[in-house]
Amino acid sequence: MNKEDYIQHGLNDAEAEKLLEGLGREPTITEMGIYSVMWSEHCSYKSSRHWLKNLHTKGVHVIQGPGENAGVVDIGDGLAAVFKMESHNHPSFIEPYQGAATGVGGIMRDIFTMGARPIALLNSLRFGEVNHKKTKHLLSGAVSGIGGYGNCVGVPTVAGEVGFDKSYNGNILVNAMCVGIANINKIFYSAASGIDNPVVYVGAKTGRDGIHGATMASGEFDKDSEKNRPTVQVGDPFTEKLLLEACLELMKEDAIIAIQDMGAAGLTSSAVEMASKGNVGIELCLDELPKREENLSAYEMMLSESQERMLMVLKPNKKKLAEEIFLKWGVDFSVIGKITDTKKIKVIYRDKVEANIPISSLADDAPMYVRPIKNRKIDKNLTHQKTNIGLKEIILKILSSPNICSKRWVWEQYDRTIMANTINRPGGNAGVVRIEGTNKALSLSCDVTPRYCHANSYEGAKQAVAECWRNIVSTGAKPIAITNCLNFGNPEKPIIMGDFVSAIEGIKDASIALDFPVVSGNVSLYNETDGEAIKPTPTIGGLGIIEDVKIQSNHHTQRDGDIIILIGGDGKHLGRSIFREVIFNAEDGDAPTVNLDNELNNGNLILSLISDKKINSVHDISDGGLIITIAEMIISSNIGAKITLQNNLTNSNGDPEMLYEKMFGEDQSRYVITVSLDKVNDVIDQCTKSNVSANIIGDIQKNDLEIDGLVTISNNELIDSYESVLPDMMNIK
Amino acid sequence: MDVSLIIFPGANCDKDTSLAIKKITGKHPKHVWYKETTLPKSDLVILPGGFSHGDYLRSGAIAAKAPIVKDLVKKSADGIYVLGICNGFQILTECGLLQGSLIRNNSLKFVSRNVKLRVERNDTIFTSNFKEKEDVDMPIAHHDGNFYIDDANLEKIEQEGRVAFRYIENNSKYNPYNPNGSLNDIAGVYNKNFKILGLMPHPERAVDKITGGDHGAKIFESMFQSIS
Repeated sequence: MNKEDYIQHGLNDAEAEKLLEGLGREPTITEMGIYSVMWSEHCSYKSSRHWLKNLHTKGVHVIQGPGENAGVVDIGDGLAAVFKMESHNHPSFIEPYQGAATGVGGIMRDIFTMGARPIALLNSLRFGEVNHKKTKHLLSGAVSGIGGYGNCVGVPTVAGEVGFDKSYNGNILVNAMCVGIANINKIFYSAASGIDNPVVYVGAKTGRDGIHGATMASGEFDKDSEKNRPTVQVGDPFTEKLLLEACLELMKEDAIIAIQDMGAAGLTSSAVEMASKGNVGIELCLDELPKREENLSAYEMMLSESQERMLMVLKPNKKKLAEEIFLKWGVDFSVIGKITDTKKIKVIYRDKVEANIPISSLADDAPMYVRPIKNRKIDKNLTHQKTNIGLKEIILKILSSPNICSKRWVWEQYDRTIMANTINRPGGNAGVVRIEGTNKALSLSCDVTPRYCHANSYEGAKQAVAECWRNIVSTGAKPIAITNCLNFGNPEKPIIMGDFVSAIEGIKDASIALDFPVVSGNVSLYNETDGEAIKPTPTIGGLGIIEDVKIQSNHHTQRDGDIIILIGGDGKHLGRSIFREVIFNAEDGDAPTVNLDNELNNGNLILSLISDKKINSVHDISDGGLIITIAEMIISSNIGAKITLQNNLTNSNGDPEMLYEKMFGEDQSRYVITVSLDKVNDVIDQCTKSNVSANIIGDIQKNDLEIDGLVTISNNELIDSYESVLPDMMNIK
Repeated sequence: MDVSLIIFPGANCDKDTSLAIKKITGKHPKHVWYKETTLPKSDLVILPGGFSHGDYLRSGAIAAKAPIVKDLVKKSADGIYVLGICNGFQILTECGLLQGSLIRNNSLKFVSRNVKLRVERNDTIFTSNFKEKEDVDMPIAHHDGNFYIDDANLEKIEQEGRVAFRYIENNSKYNPYNPNGSLNDIAGVYNKNFKILGLMPHPERAVDKITGGDHGAKIFESMFQSIS
């Protein structure tokens, strides 16, 4: 084997050695390509596999945990929710529209491959600083790509988050999540079986796009990363819609033995995964492959990442029926091979054997590394402590900061109401979607706070799980399970690997304590450009169940005269807060700690208050702390609030003592609720009995936010600060 | 009454429309595949929203050439009622059953939001259950909803009272009331004999208070009460 060849294919000396050992001879160029993608970080999880085993993946609702196309949970009524989140970071930085669009397409295929009709999309996006030269272009492209794909297929985008930070200047994150609903007895899996059964290719034709996409996604970027543009796939949502309908129609019949979508590493990885899971061999004849152009080589066909394609193993007697369904929908259908007993993948093209590799060598024997780890030093000190900026200006500055401001410019480009089941509005606690034909709804959220994870990866990851749980609780839903998308830098650097391992620990501890198991997920490493890594970003996507759609809660349904109660105690922690980021431009201190016992206790109390119909509105406290939480409630309801926190007590100089910790501290496990006057005593009693801190801090009234008689900000001023930022930035009037 | 729903490849509001009709009448409409050449016996034909043929040419342009649309044009001359929603409206303008065209939104972006509409007249079979000049809320979700027509025909449409729905002021600074730049704020129009209606808003997504409102239900209720 030529060293230059295998280095170019992303293999190191030891891996080349292992390849020769597994194959027992020199590889052909096609075989080299197959090894290259199967052993890439993206497909083999070689740096992360060892640690992912530690995640908590079991629970009463779990039908299928990690390892399949998506996770599956039981939601009652004979139905299952199928969901997963996946990253499409590298391609989206190079070509934001197509990169983001195909990210959405890929995650939807993971869902309908399992027999579920997609009913909701979410996304978590991270961009560089707002004034960085690429940010506008990347934001605009990624958002229209997500909309362009999801809107066309006809699945509502119901929730998400958008953040900006300089660490993403050279490496944006596009994490897309999809949720589908399936009949619990009709879940489809990927393990192939039945010697001589036909292997069928359906979907779009194969072209040259996306070749080595998985390898690209397994390396760092540098100044020349633009040249990778041809490795970005091009999406065709119309074909996806046809493929979706055709697959779901065929799935009603008893025809499919195994099915797998062609995602990263295309035909190679889908064929190898199906054979590996079924412990069989697979033989492919590429002459039968639907092709977009002539003269594709076997190498190109095996590595192409052309979108909207699926591989299935069918019952032989159902081949004709299946073909008719796909032809009706105008989707290509071709028998391209069969299942064998050789436990090898054999690829034939123009009567020549292009590859013949033991499946175990590609899958089970893929490299795995336990890379060195170094723990990040946590500095708990805060630098600046005082500011001369007035309270009103502070509040408006925070509301208009990029990480807090309204994302209306983004979510108005996503169809949120298609399927006619979307219940709540964006900007709230979580997306809520009714389940057709039942009285139930799903509550969905995706969350992570990278500035916490950067300070303290363990606490940050724990917080991401807890915040997701809290958002779901705030809608009145019982949290059920999570998926994740672990975005980190180069794992060969011990400090990054240390962050990764701590994050896994944090996710594990939180998901055990909150009974919120991980059922699917994705790892995206090497998110670096010119050696600069992103902040650790372990995005958590959660799902909860609302048993009765009529009993759910919102953050904009407060009524004039309601009493405002702070649940979970006063704020004390300003480290890594939005307040310090915006006012001092400071990234300092430790992340707030989540006390998981309090989290569970406070959340369970909120759930019982909602189900007893004792509260009119609820919002969890997160970025920006108490005052920003209340401001968000005012903005979305246009009803003001009068707050008493005792900021007006004077200090030794006779000036009011500003209680920044109380107002903007980001202590965890807290909520703001509003309660009708006649129910206040009852609610306080219930809190006391449950050992949960509850403080009356004001009431709902008038058209402004008033704090301690020191500051009065009209609802309109709050709305203007919050709403005008993105339209101004994107030059929309 | 017989209702048919034409299904084009890429339609994605067909299920919602079918469910809305089922909710209101107790009966699913007949689904007619776009490759059919003859419509089944129908009093009302609905063209649902979506991205027919991916909207890869002009929105609705390819669907307008489908064999079933030829039959629709023929039968509409005999007086059957036709409703086109969103992409269905675009198809109706492309095949000539309605005047005008729906060009790219003036923001050049897809827009999904709730809009306020005025029901301009309540004496057609589509609007008989609304009050006179009633203000209603309905969701929109489209990329090409900017109603455009030459001046002479615009005046004619106005004079003949063929504007069905108009976007109206919503007092929201960050939510422009006319979401797409449509001339005269037009959200929906009738043909000359008021038997064909095309509109950009989605009444089928507004048939239940819990999912954001039920004003759209009145369109379906009006049709079924008037026609049956």
